[in-house]
Amino acid sequence: MTREEMDRKAKECLSSLPSSLSVKDRMAIEHQEMPSQDAKERIHNMDEVALGYSEDMAVLEASRCLNCKNKPCVSGCPVSIDIPAFISRVQERDFKGAFEIIQKESILPSICGRVCPQESQCQKYCTVGKALKDVDKAVAIGRLERFVADYNAGDDSLPEIKAETGKRVAIVGSGPASIACAADVRREGHTVVMYEALHKTGGVLSYGIPEFRLPKRLVDKEIQKLERMGVDIERNVLIGRTRTIEELKSEDGFDAIFIGTGAGLPKFMGIPGENLVGVLSANEYLTRSNLMKAYDTKNSHTPEYEGRRVAVLGGGNVAMDAARTALRLGAECVDIIYRRTRAEMPARKEEVEHAVEEGCNIRMLSQPVEILGDESGRVRALVIRKCELGPVDQSGRRSPVEIEGSDEEVMYDEVIVAIGNASNPLIKLTTPEIEVNRRGNFIVDEETNRTSIEGVYAGGDIVLGAATVILAMGQGRKAAKAINEYLKGK
Amino acid sequence: MYRILKKEKLSKEVFRFTIEAPMIARERKAGQFVIVQKGGDFEERIPLTIADADSEKGTITIVFQAIGEGTHRLAMMNEGDAIENVLGPLGRPTHIEKFGRCVCVGGGIGVAPLYPIAKALKEAGNELRIIIGARNESLIIEEDEMRALDPELIVVTDDGTRGRKGVVTEPLKELCESWKPDFVVTIGPTIMMKFCALTTAPYGIKTLASLNTIMIDGTGMCGGCRVSVGGETKFVCVDGPEFDAHEVDWDNMMIRQRTYSSYEKEAHHRCHLETGIKEGEA
Repeated sequence: MTREEMDRKAKECLSSLPSSLSVKDRMAIEHQEMPSQDAKERIHNMDEVALGYSEDMAVLEASRCLNCKNKPCVSGCPVSIDIPAFISRVQERDFKGAFEIIQKESILPSICGRVCPQESQCQKYCTVGKALKDVDKAVAIGRLERFVADYNAGDDSLPEIKAETGKRVAIVGSGPASIACAADVRREGHTVVMYEALHKTGGVLSYGIPEFRLPKRLVDKEIQKLERMGVDIERNVLIGRTRTIEELKSEDGFDAIFIGTGAGLPKFMGIPGENLVGVLSANEYLTRSNLMKAYDTKNSHTPEYEGRRVAVLGGGNVAMDAARTALRLGAECVDIIYRRTRAEMPARKEEVEHAVEEGCNIRMLSQPVEILGDESGRVRALVIRKCELGPVDQSGRRSPVEIEGSDEEVMYDEVIVAIGNASNPLIKLTTPEIEVNRRGNFIVDEETNRTSIEGVYAGGDIVLGAATVILAMGQGRKAAKAINEYLKGK
Repeated sequence: MYRILKKEKLSKEVFRFTIEAPMIARERKAGQFVIVQKGGDFEERIPLTIADADSEKGTITIVFQAIGEGTHRLAMMNEGDAIENVLGPLGRPTHIEKFGRCVCVGGGIGVAPLYPIAKALKEAGNELRIIIGARNESLIIEEDEMRALDPELIVVTDDGTRGRKGVVTEPLKELCESWKPDFVVTIGPTIMMKFCALTTAPYGIKTLASLNTIMIDGTGMCGGCRVSVGGETKFVCVDGPEFDAHEVDWDNMMIRQRTYSSYEKEAHHRCHLETGIKEGEA
């Protein structure tokens, strides 16, 4: 169905509803699917796949909410948005009021509404979903959040900013954790300087997540909002090289520092052939396409490696992003190679579905063991060993067990490695007194997100390892609260 | 914004820019590099070694050869223009100590980043011999500066238009035989560094090479710069750019450097057509 047809259907349904809805009435309303670009068309463009609800679709979906007294959904939200309250406003067509409620807790609703894994957060606890015994039938909180944010996209109002305190806070990195932290610290009237290493801000929102899932204009808008709030953004500064944490404290006069540098060191498989031409980390592949705009071959001066037969190693959201990007860049065949089965994939269900709809193949129970090259050193094939599912491991999923003697050679000319990131060593190298765990993630106090150094806080993937935008944002806010507290006493 | 204070054309296609970049000038040490992005959404990020810096004036110097599309576009900028993005200093600084006798071997524009290392080695009390080489006379740069460090400077060109005719490994081998250096550092085209490594290996002389690989962010994020060193994968941007030349898998590095060669060739050609500049000039 097209968006217009879905909208018409929602209108009809709304007009047939009684003026006062019983629980039974609400439960009977059909779950509103997300209108999307047709899969055959969208693989030829970079435009956003999900088109967003119409007003009537949003109101109808909001009408499914039972407004539970105990609000189970809120407990599933990392930043505790008052979900039933904003959904009631949507139902009343008070879209501005709904926006104000979300904004109290989240400063990035247009982004979180798109990239949050709601099915494992708020929607997981939704009473409607539980009653219908299907988490996919829960009230579509994320889609409603996105609708509200998009409806209010023209809203340029800024939060109230308290009188200048003269205290200085440095924010290292400009991804979701840093954006959230910067906004909350600035609101208290502190001077905030944000340092970004790249020539573009937004961190993983800019270089990692593709345009077709998160339009960059939304990211730019959030950054511009920070600037309008008075946050000073310095690009091309790599903390750990251009300046050290110690210099920020002792020479540049910062009273507190927040480190939100993300998990920026791609992991490789450690199998033979990984340095052949045509083997790329997903970070490199996506950075070329997203940050450097290599998909725009007419304008961009950065090339992308264009494979015809592409193997993507991994089963997370980044693997899906890379696979779907490869299709859009003209690959004839894209295989996602994963050692467990589709049910164990860490990627969001919706992302996996989108990838499959678009034509990516999932080769499950497959473990890459070697990459083979041709005489010029370019990828020509991948050796894949079959696996079977063994007992449940530490991750709570059944572990893959390799089947000896099942190796098979499959022809590919490009291999994209998307098996996660380790933490970037730069800050630790130049700030040896900062405590990290064996994976290199910063160790912080759970309540305050303070590191082992006084006045230095951290949050997001540098603490959590690879996590989500909303968790990063939650950590940024927690750290901001602690920083604001800490500065009161200074 | 990073203003170009001085633009010098060292040869037909080699340029030296002095750029206002006080933060980088203050922190930078010999052996480190920057990433330059002209500005806007579509320009590429280009890694370039810092040839020199003046922390008092707040300037850094970069030397580059207009060899591909990006460097050609950079070469078209003029004094007074501002480069929107310069990130640095990146990479680990050269480890300087008193080794004893040192030979510095520079090829092409590799001579420029070699200069601060040679200077630092001399200041640390090392005895110094320098060899510089290029395809022809017009591509020999910083000869006077290098001669100031080593009055017996050896200049080599492929075609003999300047100094000795031949390649840098010949005088290097002679020095290994007659002068018995304790330490060799080499910066230049990958093939030259590979053969310098092969030349010094039989003598067991510790040899350092500064690698220039494909790179996007320069902060460790993309992994495009990875090389195999002693059988281990290393990232040039955070682990390098300098490595033990005897441990580097040179052949793999050369193959990887040509990853985008067909794109680069086409873009380079298009760039010359668009600007109306003859091939071999910028």
